[in-house]
Amino acid sequence: MKNHLLSAADLTRDDAELILATAGEMRALADRPIKKLPALRGRTVVNLFFEDSTRTRMSFEAAAKRLSADVINFSAKGSSLSKGESLKDTALTLEAMGADAVIVRHWASGAPHNLANAGWARSTVINAGDGTHEHPTQALLDAFTMTRHLGALDGRRIAIVGDVLHSRVARSNAILLQTLGAEVTLVSPPTLFPYGVETWGVQTSYDLDAVLPKSDVVMMLRVQRERMNDSYFPSAREYSRRYGLDARRMATLQDHTIVMHPGPMIRGMEITADVADSDRSVIVEQVTNGVAVRMAVLYLLLGGSEPALGAADHAQSATGAEPTTEENDA
Amino acid sequence: MAPTHEIASHDTDGHPEGRTVLDARDIDRALTRISHEILERNKGSHDLVLLGIPSRGVGLAQRIAARIAQVEGAEIPVGSLDITMYRDDLRLRPARALSPTEIPGGGIDDKVVVLVDDVLYSGRTIRSALDAMNDIGRPRAVRLAVLVDRGHRDLPIRADFVGKNLPTSMAEKVAVRLAEYDGEDSVTIR
Repeated sequence: MKNHLLSAADLTRDDAELILATAGEMRALADRPIKKLPALRGRTVVNLFFEDSTRTRMSFEAAAKRLSADVINFSAKGSSLSKGESLKDTALTLEAMGADAVIVRHWASGAPHNLANAGWARSTVINAGDGTHEHPTQALLDAFTMTRHLGALDGRRIAIVGDVLHSRVARSNAILLQTLGAEVTLVSPPTLFPYGVETWGVQTSYDLDAVLPKSDVVMMLRVQRERMNDSYFPSAREYSRRYGLDARRMATLQDHTIVMHPGPMIRGMEITADVADSDRSVIVEQVTNGVAVRMAVLYLLLGGSEPALGAADHAQSATGAEPTTEENDA
Repeated sequence: MAPTHEIASHDTDGHPEGRTVLDARDIDRALTRISHEILERNKGSHDLVLLGIPSRGVGLAQRIAARIAQVEGAEIPVGSLDITMYRDDLRLRPARALSPTEIPGGGIDDKVVVLVDDVLYSGRTIRSALDAMNDIGRPRAVRLAVLVDRGHRDLPIRADFVGKNLPTSMAEKVAVRLAEYDGEDSVTIR
């Protein structure tokens, strides 16, 4: 039984497809006058953010509120966390407050894993980005956005371009997209490939111009200057000439190819303004879809007596073919 | 997830167990009668919206709409209303997959909504459906059409249009099978 969502690798293909299908139903809610469902009434969801974030925190907050959960926001600035309180003491506090789920963003890779497995608290833990490790709900919303434009992802070619080394988005996407049957190519300068990338099962390339015409999706990554303690490339200008997406490169894409960016983007660096604002860009839609996908994750993990994710339980919970004595209770 | 689906799934391995109470022609006739009763009660097809409760209620709603279109020559809006997240036992069982909710373009405000389901039993699904509708709009009136009413209500709810009243004991199981989902039309009891 999986109580937590810590890594995209936690998800089987069935799990991922269940989340995407559920997100599709949640997405329809955005078009209704009352954007609220009662599924998590009386449950408490804590946003625990040790690192700055606007869209992810707002997205999780909107998702939890639309499912009628009570939301408590905890951010490192202006709380005891900035006074040096340990993760363990914070976890004990959350437990005492009766948190049913903790959505955690942390600058240290592995912090959500600790929170979930150290036995400090019983809450469900959802990883909202840990260091340079993973960001599974971002990968889910990216996959959801892709399926809305391209249908099933089997055999689709997806290029993830830029600062792969520091990108938790790239890692989670590489795992999830392969689970869903897509072919992933990472494109980056040699200095920005992570150690051990050859074990990820993906293709790698240094040549963006060669990869673009074959791709169904181009996902641009932000150059994470704040995590760079070394010079990985000579200059910003050279980086954007070789690995930036501009109108000239966009013209080489196939007609159906979409352009994505997890945000926040630096216009003029990895992507030019005319590309970011073009018809191919689904960057704003990614934000809208983020709320629907996070609602689906929260609902499937917290909505019932036990989570709907985890391969062993699919026969019962996901298909609705439950071997119970209940019948015809219309 | 419509609970009847669970029952039907027990039976899909072989031939449906038990006694057939309605065959395909009986179901056909019952739906035709319900369609006429809806039109009679509403004095025509104006402002009607049919909402089926997934999964089999949706198929029944579409069949009723097709019959009304034959009789009146007017297309009436058909949709589906998933009640999963409004169930009173949501917390008691593992989280469930959702079914589609599709509200027709004209919405349900000031319309006469006919909820359609296959079997009426405890009444809890219908209570959930009324709650779900509350978040979508304010119909002028809500009616209930069911293929089978098997009794044993837990809540003060009754159907306006009934295909067949079927006296049952609580130990018996009623299975509705429809061609769209199960390859054949039948109602069986065992």
